Amino acid sequence: MPGDQTELERELKLEGVGTSRKRKEDARFIRGQGSYVDDIKLPGMLFGAMVRSPYAHARIKSIDKSKALAVPGVVAVLSADDLKPVNLHWMPTLGGDVQAVLADKKVCFQLQEVAFVLANDRYAAADGADAVEVDYEELPAIVDPKKALAPDAPVIREDIADKDNVGHGPRTHPNHIFTWDAGDKEGTDAVFASAPVTVREEILNPRVHPCPLETCGCVASFDKVRGQLTVYMTTQAPHLVRTVVAMLSGIPESKIRIVGGDIGGGFGNKVPVYPGYVAAIVASIVTGVPIKWIESRIDNISTTGFARDYHGVGELAADKDGRIKALRFTALADHGAFNAHVSATKLPAGLFSICTGSYAIPKAYCRVDAVYTNKAPGGVAYRCSLRVTEAVYLIERMIDVLAQKLNIDKAEIRRRNFVKAEQFPYTTALGWTLDSGNYQVALEKTLKAVDYEGLRREQAEKRAKGELMGIGICTFTEIVGAGPTKVCDILGIGLFDSCDIRVNPTGSAIARLGTMSQGQGHATTYAQIIATELGLPSEEIQIEEGDTDKAPYGAGTWGSRSTPVAGAAAARAARKIKDKARKIAAHLLEVGEGDLEWNVDRFRVKGNPSEAKTMKDIAMAAHTSNLPDGMEKGLDATEYYDPPNMTFPFGAYLCVVDIDKFTGETKVRRFYALDDCGTRINPMIIEGQIHGGLTEAFAVAMGQAVPFDENGNHLGNSLMDYFLPTAVETPKWETDFTVTPSPHHPIGAKGVAESPHVGGIPCFTNAVVDAFAHLGVTHMDMPHTSYRVWQQCKALGINKR
Amino acid sequence: MAKKQAVSFKLNGKEVDVVVEPRELLIHTLREKLQHTGPHIGCETSHCGACTVDLNGMSVKSCTVLTVQCEGAELLTIEGFAQAGELHALQEAFHLDHALQCGFCTPGMITRAYRLLKENPNPSEEEIRYGMAGNLCRCTGYQNIVKAVQSAAKKLSAQAAA
Repeated sequence: MPGDQTELERELKLEGVGTSRKRKEDARFIRGQGSYVDDIKLPGMLFGAMVRSPYAHARIKSIDKSKALAVPGVVAVLSADDLKPVNLHWMPTLGGDVQAVLADKKVCFQLQEVAFVLANDRYAAADGADAVEVDYEELPAIVDPKKALAPDAPVIREDIADKDNVGHGPRTHPNHIFTWDAGDKEGTDAVFASAPVTVREEILNPRVHPCPLETCGCVASFDKVRGQLTVYMTTQAPHLVRTVVAMLSGIPESKIRIVGGDIGGGFGNKVPVYPGYVAAIVASIVTGVPIKWIESRIDNISTTGFARDYHGVGELAADKDGRIKALRFTALADHGAFNAHVSATKLPAGLFSICTGSYAIPKAYCRVDAVYTNKAPGGVAYRCSLRVTEAVYLIERMIDVLAQKLNIDKAEIRRRNFVKAEQFPYTTALGWTLDSGNYQVALEKTLKAVDYEGLRREQAEKRAKGELMGIGICTFTEIVGAGPTKVCDILGIGLFDSCDIRVNPTGSAIARLGTMSQGQGHATTYAQIIATELGLPSEEIQIEEGDTDKAPYGAGTWGSRSTPVAGAAAARAARKIKDKARKIAAHLLEVGEGDLEWNVDRFRVKGNPSEAKTMKDIAMAAHTSNLPDGMEKGLDATEYYDPPNMTFPFGAYLCVVDIDKFTGETKVRRFYALDDCGTRINPMIIEGQIHGGLTEAFAVAMGQAVPFDENGNHLGNSLMDYFLPTAVETPKWETDFTVTPSPHHPIGAKGVAESPHVGGIPCFTNAVVDAFAHLGVTHMDMPHTSYRVWQQCKALGINKR
Repeated sequence: MAKKQAVSFKLNGKEVDVVVEPRELLIHTLREKLQHTGPHIGCETSHCGACTVDLNGMSVKSCTVLTVQCEGAELLTIEGFAQAGELHALQEAFHLDHALQCGFCTPGMITRAYRLLKENPNPSEEEIRYGMAGNLCRCTGYQNIVKAVQSAAKKLSAQAAA
C-alpha cells in the first residue's frame, strides 16, 4: 500500500527539486558511449577540410584546384563560385549581418574559409586542402579597433560599403557596425559636472575564446529523393539553426532536422552558425552524400566564437562618503570582420546595461560603438549572456577604483551603495527591474566566513614587510534568462522556450524541451522539476532535447536561460497536467475539486487522507473510459513560456592572492564564492557549475588572450599558447549560498552557470590590483600572467632584491 | 601515399588486425577503423589528453602515436574498463562524485587515473593534481575529479587488502 509509506519517504522517492540527484547522463559518458558529432559515421560519408587564408586582409586573384583534385581520395573542391549558382556563398548571421560561407573575392581575417575540399577520409581531405593553390593580393589590415573609424582606414567590408545600416541603426563609416546607448545622457553629464568626486579608468576585456574541449563540427546529410536534410551538429540552439538553414537554403523548415546529440561543452562557442556547417550542408546537397566537417583546435580558437574584445571606459561620480550618484560607461567593441554576435535584435550591445550592478545609482548612461576589424567574427559570449561579463567587470572594477580614491574599505563602499533588500523589485537607472536580491546578507556571510578583518590585518602586516597580498571582493548581479519576447528576439524569433510533457498510462513520462544540454545535466534536473510538480519519480521521467523533429521550438541553451525559461515551461506544463489530474481525481473519488488537496504524489480528500488517488492512478484513469463527461483522453501538456522578466542571480565572492614581487607569480590562496540563484534544483549540479565557472574565470583573468600582430597574424592559437588551466594551476574553490527566490519564476529559480564566470573575473582582478593598491595602482588589465604582473612590479621599482 | 601496413595488437584483451598508412595516428585507427569512439580528439597537439589510452602499461596521448608503433602492443581504452557489466571503481567514483559534466574529457581522465593509481595506489591530492595535469577539463574545475580519484583509490586499496 502506498499509504504505508510516510510522507517523507514518498517525497524522497520522487528525487525532486532540492535533492542532489546523481546524473542520468553519466552512465554513457563513463563507459565511453557518448555520441558526439565526430562519433557519427554514415554510409558513403565524405570528409570536408577547409582551405584557409594565410592573410588577414587580401584580395583573392585566383583559385587553382587542379592539383587538389588530382590527390587520391579527393572527390571535389568547392569555392565561392561553386556556391553562387545556388546562392549559398553568403549566409545570414545571428547578428543581422551576412558572412561569407566561402570567401567571395576577398578575405577579411586570417584563416578565413576560402575553399572546401571533399575526400574519402580526413587524411586525403587534408592533403587536398594543402594542394589548393590560391593567389592573393595582400591588403593593409586593421587590427586595433581604435583605428577602424579613421577617415582613411581601409574598407574591410566592400560588400556592404554603401549600406547605411546593417541591422542596428545608422552607420557613420564603412567599418562602423552600430552605435547603441541607454540612459539619461544629459542628466548623467550634469551630475558628473557638479559631483564632489569622480573617477575614470580605461578598462580592457581582451579577446578570448570559450574553447570547449570538443571543437565545432557537423555531419550534414541531404536525402535527394525525399528532399530532407539532417544535420548532426555541435549546436547550443538547434531550433534557431534550423530556421537559419531554412532561410538560407530554401528547403522547407519541416524537411530540415537538426540533431544536437552529445555536446562536449559549449560556453557560447556553439551558438552561432559557422561557415563550416553551411559548407558541409551545401556540399551534401550538391553531392547527395553525407559530409562531415570537424574543426581543428587551431581553427576553433582562430575562427569560431571569440568573446569580448571590449575596450571600455568607466566613470563614476560620487559624494565624499563614496555614495555613487552617477555612472557613465562607454565601450568600443571589436566584432571582427563580420557581425556574427548572437544578440537580441533590439539589444545590439546585449545586456551591457546591467552595468549598474548591485548598486542603487540614480543616474546612468552607457554607450557602445561596434566596429569591424580584420579579425575573426564570433558569438562574442563566453559563459555569460552577451556583454554581461564586460558590464559587471566595469562596475566591479570601478567601485574599487572609487574606494581607493576615497580611502574607503572595499567592503564598506559596497554596503553604502547596495540596493537594499526592501527596495526589490528595483528598477535601475538603465531600465532593468531586478527581481529579487539580498546583497548585504550575502556579503556579510562571505566576509565572516573568511574573517575579512583578520585578512586586512594580515595584509597590513605584509605590506609593512614589503610583501604583496591582495584581497578581491566582488558583489555582482547577473542578468540571465533571455528573455521576454517584447525585448528579446533573434532574427525576429522571440526568445521563449518550451516543454512538452506526455504522461504514459503506467505513470512514467517523457518531456521534451527546446533547450540543449552541453554538460549542464538537463536530463537530470528538468526531471526533478517535473517530479516535484507531478508527484512522479524523476527516475521515470525521460528528458529529450536537441532533436528538432522531436522537441518543441525553443531558443536553446546559452545565457543561463535553460532554468529561467525552459525550466519554467516545464513547471507550467506540469501544472496544466496537474489541473486536469485534479478533475480526474475528483471524478474518481466522487467529490468536488475543492474537496481535494495535493499531497506529494496524490490528491486526497481533505479531512480523509486515506481517500486518495495518486498521480499514477490518475495517469491510468486518463487512458480509460472512466473520465468526467466530455474530457479528452490522455494526460499531456505543452507550454511555450514567455518570461515576464529576466532573472537576476547574484553573489558575494572573495579572493586572496599572494604575489611574488620578484617573479610576478600570483598564487590564489583562497577563493570563497557565495551564490544566490534562488530555488536550488540540484545542489550537486549547482556546485559543479560553480566550480567550472570559477575555473573559466580564473583562466580568463590570469592567462587567456588571443593576440595578433599588426598584420592580423595570430600569435597564439593552439593549446600550446592559449591558457587552459590544468588541475595543478586551478585553485581550490569554497562554495556557499543564500536562497532568495525569483518572484516571477514558477518555482523561484534563477540561472546559475554563468555567475561564477561573470563574478569571478572581476574578483581576481580586484585581488591582484588590491595587492598593489597601497602603491597607488588603480587598475591592471588582464590577463594577470606572471610576466605582466612582474612588469607592474618593475614599473613600481619593487622587483629588485 | 606510402604503402599500407598491417598492424596487430591487443585492444581491451582482444586481438585486432588493421591495415593502415604509416602516417595514420592511433586515435584515428581506434575511432574510425575499430569503432572505439570513447577516446576523443580535443586538440591534435598532445595538450588536452582527451585521447588518452593505456599502451603497454603507460598513459599515452593517442593523437601523437602512430598506429604502426603499436605492433604487438596491449592497449586499454575506456571501453575496456567495465568487466562483465560491472563498472570499474573509477567509473563509479566519477559518477558518484559528479566528476564529469559534458563528458568529453571523461574517457581520457578515467584512463589516465587508472594508470596513476597503478603507479601510486594512495596518492595525495597534490600528487593527483600533478599526475592528472596532462588531461584538461573545461567543465568541472577538477575539484570533483580529484575527489573521485581519491574515492576510487580508497575503494581499490580496500579491495586489494581484502
